[in-house]
Amino acid sequence: MTENNHTPDLVEAEHHTVQDDPKVVTRRWILMGIGALLNGVVGIAVAVPVVRYILGPIRKKGAYNSWISLGSATQFPAGETRLATYENPFNRPWDGETAKVACWVRNIDGQKFQVFAVNCAHLGCPVRWFPQSSLFMCPCHGGAYYQDGSRASGPPERGLFEYDYKLVRGELHIDAGQMPTLANPASPNSPGEQSANGGLTVITNAPGGCGSCQKS
Amino acid sequence: MPEELNDKPADKSLKGKALEAYNWVEQRVQLQAPFEEAMLHPVPKSTASWWYVFGSAAATLLMLQIVTGILLALVYVPSGAEAWKSLQILNHDLPLGWFLRAMHGWGSNFMVAVVLIHMAQVFMFGAYKFPRELTWVVGVIMLLMTLGMAFTGQVLRFDQDSYWGLGIGASITSRIPIIGAPAVQLMLGGPIIAGATLTRFFALHVFVIPGLLLALTGLHIWMVVKLGINEWPMPGRRVNKKTYIREYHELTHKDGLPFMPGALWKDAVFSAAILLAVAVCAAIFGPYGPTGQPDPTIIQTVPKPDFFFLWLYAVLSYLPPALETPFLLTVPAVGIAILLALPFWAGEGEKSWHRRPVAVMVLALVAVSWGTFTHLATFTPWSPVMNAWSGANVPEKMTHNLSPVERQGAVILQSKQCRNCHALGGEGGQRGPALDDVATRLTEDQLIRQVVQGGGNMPAYGKSLTPSEVTALVKFLDTMHPANQPAATDASRAAVAANTPAAVPAPAAQAEPAPAKAQ
Ligand code: FES
Repeated sequence: MTENNHTPDLVEAEHHTVQDDPKVVTRRWILMGIGALLNGVVGIAVAVPVVRYILGPIRKKGAYNSWISLGSATQFPAGETRLATYENPFNRPWDGETAKVACWVRNIDGQKFQVFAVNCAHLGCPVRWFPQSSLFMCPCHGGAYYQDGSRASGPPERGLFEYDYKLVRGELHIDAGQMPTLANPASPNSPGEQSANGGLTVITNAPGGCGSCQKS
Repeated sequence: MPEELNDKPADKSLKGKALEAYNWVEQRVQLQAPFEEAMLHPVPKSTASWWYVFGSAAATLLMLQIVTGILLALVYVPSGAEAWKSLQILNHDLPLGWFLRAMHGWGSNFMVAVVLIHMAQVFMFGAYKFPRELTWVVGVIMLLMTLGMAFTGQVLRFDQDSYWGLGIGASITSRIPIIGAPAVQLMLGGPIIAGATLTRFFALHVFVIPGLLLALTGLHIWMVVKLGINEWPMPGRRVNKKTYIREYHELTHKDGLPFMPGALWKDAVFSAAILLAVAVCAAIFGPYGPTGQPDPTIIQTVPKPDFFFLWLYAVLSYLPPALETPFLLTVPAVGIAILLALPFWAGEGEKSWHRRPVAVMVLALVAVSWGTFTHLATFTPWSPVMNAWSGANVPEKMTHNLSPVERQGAVILQSKQCRNCHALGGEGGQRGPALDDVATRLTEDQLIRQVVQGGGNMPAYGKSLTPSEVTALVKFLDTMHPANQPAATDASRAAVAANTPAAVPAPAAQAEPAPAKAQ
């Protein structure tokens, strides 16, 4: 800690500044201010495109969605629920297998379908279908759903996310494109307007919903 | 110590040359004086304690993470299509690549642990009080960054756990009111979890957070040096803003010692021990994953977060649905706000834990809850065991002496996935109660209602079982009671049975024809 214990300074001389006229000093400070201001203005001008670049992935509701074919509807036998996969239309060359998306297709009676996201409505884990008990079960926190996607038990607040679909020349098309979460529904493009979709019931999430009624 | 050597005749020995070179550099950088000031400044003797080694150990681990991280970056490819494969090559093809991955993974675990212990120690010793409030605040931010590093690092592993972990992250983000939807897109870098998600987490993990963390570490240590190391708390020695600085100064000069080597040697020994522990864990347990490849169409997966987020996984399973969003959105914010406000709210007064019972209890409560939830998350009693129905048989002794209908019920119990949630003989899921003695708890009618209508955590099976299946199942369940304890019965049923000479067949079973089943 003692002074003489250090290597000598190359710049020994005391730093003294010339005493300038106060007016000159004031002017220097004003110029300094202008310099700072200029940097601020340029900084904002540069920052705007940067922010736009960062916010680039944010799109309007439904902007990522499009009609995607899951192939011929005959792959999905009446009365069964099967896993289907498709390539997400919005992808990049380096996405690899993550560009793929899976969904559950339920052929209700040969005419009507339901297409569910695999993502649990709780926190997005992939739900699995058990035909024997007609339940979707989630491996993460024990969420369960009935075959029509409605909530059966566990932490999810609602039923499975459901895609709009239409049949085009025997092919099953779904309105998809983004990972469904509570804020981004599976198909945000106003359902009901597609005629093929008219009769499809939307999942109602009333907790008291009739889970136990026998189908007639 | 190098003296003023410049004017002396040139010393031709090796040592002389080295000194000359040292002086040449020092004359230009002039770092010796501030370095000595930092290292030799007096600290209270009581702080040369093994309790004070965790901060420096965390800094050492940060260095380890940076070095191993750079080495991994020589090979790792942050591309959705290639990341997983590049980890496989690191694990299997490159000599000692697995060891570097293991060091980085275990280093991360140790770093989170050491940072948390450091924080608990600082809290217990009242070190956040005047004048070290800002040191604490910066430390809290550093803790958050350390956790951020742990989470983003797990993403870079880009395996199944990482993929679905991102899905959980996105689902939590989507619950933010109003900006939930754009926030998810911002987080994922697009509409789905894919290559763009990986690259932004890569940028966070490799540039943004480490850069900030290093800068804050510098600031944190600078403040420790400038404000002095917190003295050992003594009951009754209260912190007072007016007198503290003077008292601390007296303490360091009357009962102090230079930081180096008096206290530093313990830091050095502990840091070395921690590094050794990381290396031993890495060598014995090996690297973390990667688990299966991040193929979203492979849904046979049970994703689980890394160790330090397991507690959250457990909490999310236990919260009632209605409380979940409020919990997720407010508790972390409130928790962080409390941590940040702590030194301003309790900046003076007692430091000793002998006089701060509430602080001790809070810490104990946090530690015990954290431990309990983490422990629960290691065996996830709330999750259905997805393959129990096909893997865990009904124990043989439970099917002895059964009637055909009851045996039929045992088969239904097995084939309808009941075992995924209900254990028999200790095997099967734990989401629902074990069924070994269910007949002692529920009467036949109650069993029927529970099966058909569900309730509690149980789905209703009315649609997926025919009435005769329900009857068989319930008949079987009704045999599930210990030999010395009869099945529960309904008193009114018993009365009816006593008055009816011939046994009536089970009511629900044959009443209506089996509905056409969808499956
Ligand atoms: S993610 Fe399915 S229950 Fe939590």
